[in-house]
Amino acid sequence: MTDPRELYQQVILEHNKKPRNFGKLAPCTHHAEGFNPLCGDQLDLTLVIEDGIVQDIKFQGSGCAIDTASASLMTGAVKGRPVAEAEAMAEQFRGMVRGELDPATEAPLLGKLTLFSGVKDLPSRVKCAVLPWATLHAALKGEEEASTE
Amino acid sequence: MSVDLKPLDVAVVRQDFPLLSRILHGKPVIYLDSAVSGQMPVQAIDRMTKYQRDEHTNVHRGVSTLSQEATDFYEAAREKVRKFIGAGSIKEIVWTRGTTEAINLVAQTFGRMTVKAGDEILLSAMEHHANIVPWQMLAQEKGATIKVIPMTDDGELILDSLDELITDRTKLLGVVHVSNVLGTVNPVKEIIARAHAKGVPVLVDGAQAVPHLPVDVRDLDADFYVFSGHKLSGPTGIGVLYGKLAHLEAMPPWHGGGSMIRSVSWEKTTYLPAPGKFEAGTPPIAAAIGLGAAIDYVTALGLDRIAAHEHELLAYATERLAGLPGLRILGNAKDKASVLSFVVEGIHAHDMGSLLDGEGVVVRAGHHCAQPVMTRFCVPATTRASFAYFNTREEVDILVSAVLKAIELFK
Ligand SMILES: Cc1ncc(COP(=O)(O)O)c(C=O)c1O
Repeated sequence: MTDPRELYQQVILEHNKKPRNFGKLAPCTHHAEGFNPLCGDQLDLTLVIEDGIVQDIKFQGSGCAIDTASASLMTGAVKGRPVAEAEAMAEQFRGMVRGELDPATEAPLLGKLTLFSGVKDLPSRVKCAVLPWATLHAALKGEEEASTE
Repeated sequence: MSVDLKPLDVAVVRQDFPLLSRILHGKPVIYLDSAVSGQMPVQAIDRMTKYQRDEHTNVHRGVSTLSQEATDFYEAAREKVRKFIGAGSIKEIVWTRGTTEAINLVAQTFGRMTVKAGDEILLSAMEHHANIVPWQMLAQEKGATIKVIPMTDDGELILDSLDELITDRTKLLGVVHVSNVLGTVNPVKEIIARAHAKGVPVLVDGAQAVPHLPVDVRDLDADFYVFSGHKLSGPTGIGVLYGKLAHLEAMPPWHGGGSMIRSVSWEKTTYLPAPGKFEAGTPPIAAAIGLGAAIDYVTALGLDRIAAHEHELLAYATERLAGLPGLRILGNAKDKASVLSFVVEGIHAHDMGSLLDGEGVVVRAGHHCAQPVMTRFCVPATTRASFAYFNTREEVDILVSAVLKAIELFK
């Protein structure tokens, strides 16, 4: 990819404009805040996990389109899934945007999230796409804060 | 500024900048990021290369012809800086790594010497982190407080209350000459006069000023004036602290080591007079010589002509960008230089930055190391175009159409 415009596909632009699962769950069972110190993106993630299943998940915060769309699509993708599967997705997502694994064959859990694979060609933006997943990882581990630094 | 300035021949000037003929994402690079770091003309690059190839050794070391030669070049560069900013003596020109190091030097020597518990340091609301954090560290160490000169929504300092903000506890006033986010040219001469009327010394952060307007530190009567080589068409790793000789003489040294001493014994070590006592260790010699060559280059173009050219570009870009849907310009001071920050409704600055990059247009997107300014204007980040003497109206047109394309994409 030589043109960053290719990353800004309709799905990403649309989720940026109308993010799903936006807000805060109260009460929640899991919570973490994510920061991207370099660009100031900030994300607040709340989850309700029962019987090892992500029953509900919401996010709020301010960030760029990549960050917001990534959070919106992530929350939709992990809702209703077992925690272990959500963890595995986070792992695959990180591998994909860093260009370490092939989205076509090595990321079976990601489905339409593979549309973020182009981020690997915009190194300065990888952290934006990863922030929601890093925050999810922190929340599942019981850590209060995640940073992409 | 004289009225009959002969305009710059930009087409000729551009040939001195190899990077400007690069292709980025299949498009010619449009470098609108000189506030982040300026481009070096080949004349300065070649001068550094020549030093590195044919002349390199250490300075102020022994009797070898080579060392004497290197020392002469290095000290000649100091003289060029002196003349460039109108300082009275080369003893007042201290080499540093850049603006940031120069401010830390002043905070850790002059600041430590003068600031006590309960004292105040007065800074403007539009400082770069470089002119905030060193003072916060000092204030924390000493139990002093930081006070802030506020600004208007247009990005002009509110000076009505300056005389009240300066109290008998104020030990230093720090102010940026040209804001790196808003482009505001602050009336530093007036601020200095009012601070001096109350006996308060002033440090001016000139990082964004020296590349764009003629500066005369004696006319300003600045106590300290600091800037970086790399924003002045020079290399990274070199910067300047100008300090009035009386201050520099009264200040203790900062870093200790070789080159800054007169004599060393286990019992007692004595230091060189300024500027030597602030220059411990081997300095960035090639960078100093390169900065000297860069100063020759911009001096030959003429700061007045540079200012006139950039001013016209700024006015043109402001007029064209202001007309785009949802676009808001941050910083509408009456007196501005070369910097144009904007936000677009519904588009984060980082997305704008990436999309412009795809068009070959290099800008800065982010908080510009001035988070209190972002907070003041309630934005997380801005996109900033900054203009240099080699930029053209055609490049502004390309910027504008690239911004418009981004706006349409996000519609
Ligand atoms: C106004 C201002 N002050 C200080 C600095 C810091 O300069 P340097 O990083 O070269 O020390 C900059 C550069 O970004 C600046 O624009």
